Amino acid sequence: MIAKLVNRLGARVISAMASVGHAAFFLLDLIRHSPTALRRFGLVIDQIHAIGNRSLVIILASGTAVGLVLALQMYYALVPYGATESLGLVVNLSLVRELGPVVTALLFAGRAGTSLTAEIGLMKAGEQLAAMELMAVDPRSRVLAPRFVGGLVAMPILAILYSAVGILGAWVVAVQLIGIDPGNFWSIMQAKVDVVRDIGNGVVKSFVFGVVCTVVALYQGYETRATPEGVAYATTRTVVISSLVVLGMDFILTAMMFSTP
Amino acid sequence: MAKKSTEAMVGTFVLMGLIGLVFLALKAANLASFSSAQTYKVSARFDNIGGLKVRAPVRTAGVVVGHVSAIKLDARTFQGAVTLEINQGIAFPQDSSAKILTAGLLGDQYVGIEPGADDKNLAGGDTIKQTQSAVVLEDLIGQMIFNKAADAGSAGAAGSNSAPASPAGAKK
Repeated sequence: MIAKLVNRLGARVISAMASVGHAAFFLLDLIRHSPTALRRFGLVIDQIHAIGNRSLVIILASGTAVGLVLALQMYYALVPYGATESLGLVVNLSLVRELGPVVTALLFAGRAGTSLTAEIGLMKAGEQLAAMELMAVDPRSRVLAPRFVGGLVAMPILAILYSAVGILGAWVVAVQLIGIDPGNFWSIMQAKVDVVRDIGNGVVKSFVFGVVCTVVALYQGYETRATPEGVAYATTRTVVISSLVVLGMDFILTAMMFSTP
Repeated sequence: MAKKSTEAMVGTFVLMGLIGLVFLALKAANLASFSSAQTYKVSARFDNIGGLKVRAPVRTAGVVVGHVSAIKLDARTFQGAVTLEINQGIAFPQDSSAKILTAGLLGDQYVGIEPGADDKNLAGGDTIKQTQSAVVLEDLIGQMIFNKAADAGSAGAAGSNSAPASPAGAKK
């Protein structure tokens, strides 16, 4: 009984480790094929359009909403200390350092990651990838690499836009609704937010999350079982794994970047 | 045609990203405050720098005239050696004094320069001779208790013994 459980646990761990290793080699493969994709830049442009432009609406809407709500809630917390002028600073730091990259990555996994997985998965189920290989076209450089590069480019831009519209949302609440002095609102931010340390690290984070989300989505699509259920299962796993990896990586990156105040 | 419009839309998308980045860097962060102005370096030694940090502002009459560029320990005198970068064009007399002050009750610490009256001005590489250390709250409280004790000691033992009371004497 116990031996059986131990056996099963061992099998689970081994298969999990094997798929992590498999995905790592997959990532190396994608990086190796990226220069080929860059030479056919039209393909990358199409993918940036599909991944980036099409995600714009949900990113902008969510960024504005988070900025508005965060400003309102922080206002109640800051009023007792008479520090309402710091409202912009609080919203800015939380967006630029954490919420911008993380929430964008979660939305990205749901919006763009699933569509990548489903697309690749159906290509595989329809044996289009096998057909390409028969015609001596490497599907990794024709199909996967442009999507990988597209995701890498789109993610940081989306995260920056998320933070920017969030801060503008906070400005609307703080200055227009509550009536905080706009000069103080901006100048406290400018005094305390550092370009390299805060904004630069936020962009680095979103870039890392871009790699994670895109690779997980492409890997799940590429390794899917070639059945309708297999594609559905792979799409679900894309969202779950991307989200968990992003949240885990975020803690590690935060600890590395912002461990000193 | 469809190809062209895709390219235009991606171009717009990337451009929006760049505008967002410029907005974050200039309006919502401190890039605009990095002045490319020429500076000259002056050093000052303090007995205690308190919580002074690198990049803290240097102010005169409340106006920012430079920043702290380095803080080291002078291993010979055991003083904090602070290097100040002051904007070119602002010259201080050689007998100016530097203090470490606090913005507000609990704010960040900064260096305040009190201009002197000498004819000659400080040049790059000079040292500010007169300095005043940061006020350490614990020292201040300790001094207050000590003074209280001294007062109580001299009042209690009036006439009989005028030796200064120790802080332990305050406990009675």
